Amino acid sequence: MGLLTFSLGGIHPPENKISAGKKIESPGLPEIVTIPLAQHLGAPSKVVVARGDTVKTGQIIAEANGFVSTNIHSSVTGKVLKVDLFPDSSGYRRQAVQIQVEEDDWVEGIDLSDTLVKDFDKSQDEIRKIILNSGIVGLGGATFPSHVKLMTPKGKTAEYLIINGVECEPYLTADHALMLEKHDELIVGVRILMKGLGVEKAIIGIENNKPDAIKIMEKASAEFDSIVVKPLKVQYPQGGEKQLVQALLKREVPSGGLPIDVGVVAFNVGTVYASYLAVQKNRPLLERVVTVTGKSVKKPSNFLTRVGTPVSYLIEKAGGLPEDTAKVINGGPMMGKALSRLDVPIVKGSSGILLLMEEEAYRKETQSCIRCTKCVTVCPMGLEPYLLMTQAEKAMYEEMEGEKVMDCIECGSCVYTCPSSRPLLDYIRLGKGELGKILRARKAV
Amino acid sequence: MNKLVVSPSPHARSAESVPKLMYGVMISLIPALGVSIYFFGISVLIITAVSVLSCVLFEFLIQKYMLKGKPSHKDGSAILTGMLLAFTLPANLPVWIVIIGALVAIGVGKMTFGGLGNNIFNPALVGRVFLFISFPVAMTSWPEPLQRLKYINAETGATPLAVMKEGMGKQPVSEIMNELPGYLDMFIGKMMGSVGEVAAIALLIGLIYLLWKKIITWHIPVTILATVVVFTGILWLIDPESYADPLFHLLTGGLLLGAIYMATDYVTSPMTKKGMIIYAIFIGIITVLIRVFGAYPEGVQFAILIMNAFVPLLNKYIKPKRFGKEVKHG
Ligand code: SF4
Ligand code: SF4
Repeated sequence: MGLLTFSLGGIHPPENKISAGKKIESPGLPEIVTIPLAQHLGAPSKVVVARGDTVKTGQIIAEANGFVSTNIHSSVTGKVLKVDLFPDSSGYRRQAVQIQVEEDDWVEGIDLSDTLVKDFDKSQDEIRKIILNSGIVGLGGATFPSHVKLMTPKGKTAEYLIINGVECEPYLTADHALMLEKHDELIVGVRILMKGLGVEKAIIGIENNKPDAIKIMEKASAEFDSIVVKPLKVQYPQGGEKQLVQALLKREVPSGGLPIDVGVVAFNVGTVYASYLAVQKNRPLLERVVTVTGKSVKKPSNFLTRVGTPVSYLIEKAGGLPEDTAKVINGGPMMGKALSRLDVPIVKGSSGILLLMEEEAYRKETQSCIRCTKCVTVCPMGLEPYLLMTQAEKAMYEEMEGEKVMDCIECGSCVYTCPSSRPLLDYIRLGKGELGKILRARKAV
Repeated sequence: MNKLVVSPSPHARSAESVPKLMYGVMISLIPALGVSIYFFGISVLIITAVSVLSCVLFEFLIQKYMLKGKPSHKDGSAILTGMLLAFTLPANLPVWIVIIGALVAIGVGKMTFGGLGNNIFNPALVGRVFLFISFPVAMTSWPEPLQRLKYINAETGATPLAVMKEGMGKQPVSEIMNELPGYLDMFIGKMMGSVGEVAAIALLIGLIYLLWKKIITWHIPVTILATVVVFTGILWLIDPESYADPLFHLLTGGLLLGAIYMATDYVTSPMTKKGMIIYAIFIGIITVLIRVFGAYPEGVQFAILIMNAFVPLLNKYIKPKRFGKEVKHG
């Protein structure tokens, strides 16, 4: 039998994992951190500190505002300079708490040692509560509050916990580094989440371009029959939840549905590690591993970075901004966002900072569609990107509904592969946005 | 530092490009061209050169002076159309007829629809069929192989398919076959036929190259060939003295050239795998119907053009398998 992978579409871009094998390091503390209140999907948190307050590392500075929301903790010790609008990675100015860093004095009761704590006696409810209180969200990039995922909706049953160790984005190595260095902690985290979710089975999916991670995770999980590691064939976008569930279990999440509809809940390895720290060490989520990389970056690194650290600070620590940098991306090359400025903060969802050189930064000139079918072939959702683009160009948004445009996961595979360099996804996003308005209006009636 | 470039994701592109794909197809045509030069000599070079040059020139002129659009003659598609048009012509065709063919292929087949990507019919086949209807005599006299230095003055004869059509019903197939080249000769291309269609072996090498380079997928060519084999196979099993065997059908005429190069033209073939298979099955069936029951010895060009017309319909109604619509366990 061949290696597992998802069945529809997919591409294999150059992996460029330049920072693979680099140990997780601390870049130190910047002078000022800026911690946005909207770092997760759902309602922004409610700020509970004010200008002039002194906060400690690990102290809650904003509270969950509703069910789909979460807490935010101070990542440093210091004085609150301002609660105001600051530019974030989207380029917009949003509410954030700016703190002048003084020292690193953690809140009482947080275990800062590195000792592995294997046993836990927390109940399912306690685990869920700790996850919420610790501000844990999906660290793979979706930043969906994790406690919500642990609450299985009525009428659905969770059967499997799936751990996403795929890291299919080229260049990024944060999850890889975490698996290599924190494998035992991760397995404890998996057990905690299994209990929190109430399932008996967990599968860890890792692409086989990380054989060292597969081996080490297999070893770490060997004593638990309920946890299996499954190597996957390298294929983008395997880290997409729907693709990963299908690759591992041959179950297709229905159109418009969630993995829980087929009995699955998926967490990224970063989230698992954060859950371990929260439950076993009482440590809230206030730092994460961020890959800083690029072909001309002097010191490609995996930095354990405090939330709120400016991107420019991390780039300095990775050897400075190379002369030939033309584009800086928050995330990977396929789904990451290009930054318009470098003083924006690292947030819970930042998995990497990628610096592209002049020759990689620009798009090629658009040509007419030659109907080569390549975009259709690679689309992991079975859509017809060329058609969606034409429809969006002609403002045929209602027709796009029938063509399932809302299923598009914005993976970019179609654009990557198009020989005519057509901006397919730009138009698909436009169509999704416009159709979304129509659908909401329809619901409101 | 200058201003940062900001654009929506993805930020990575494959190395694919239209010229690269077009040149890939041209490379795959080299074996067929080589064999053709070996058997028909200098005339092949003349026909091909004239066809390619006129296609590129017409594309350039029409773009520049009539459509006033971006010049597209450099994307390689006109060169490819020129090569493919030449491949469907007899090697002894006079230059001026070739030029007319190129004008119709580019002018009518491609540009009236708005250029590359918008045409409904395969341009090379539009040119070829126009010539076939306008110059029926010149388009059905074929030079015999191995007169390498002769061009319009070459000795001519009929293609195996024409001989078969002529004889069918009047004499048993086995007798007709005796008048024709053996299968080995047909396989290597030593028979009468259009410039690029004679050498089965060279076309199959081209097919393997196209598949290997992922320029095309197997769906269209393999389905057409399989359909022809099955259909002619059934007829042959019913009565081997009235109908030629499947191998004869595979090796003669423009079937391989059509299945591998004409029916797979990106612009004029369906956008989904399912659509491709339906399209290809019909091309196979229509080809055999024309060859065996129709008025012409060869039907593959007509079959492809007819099915080209159905492609918009196939694209509208045949959708790819969507993710998550239904759960199928494999
Ligand atoms: S971006 Fe959307 S349309 Fe394009 S390949 Fe990905 S899922 Fe398909
Ligand atoms: S990949 Fe590009 S050229 Fe090919 S069909 Fe899709 S949009 Fe058209």
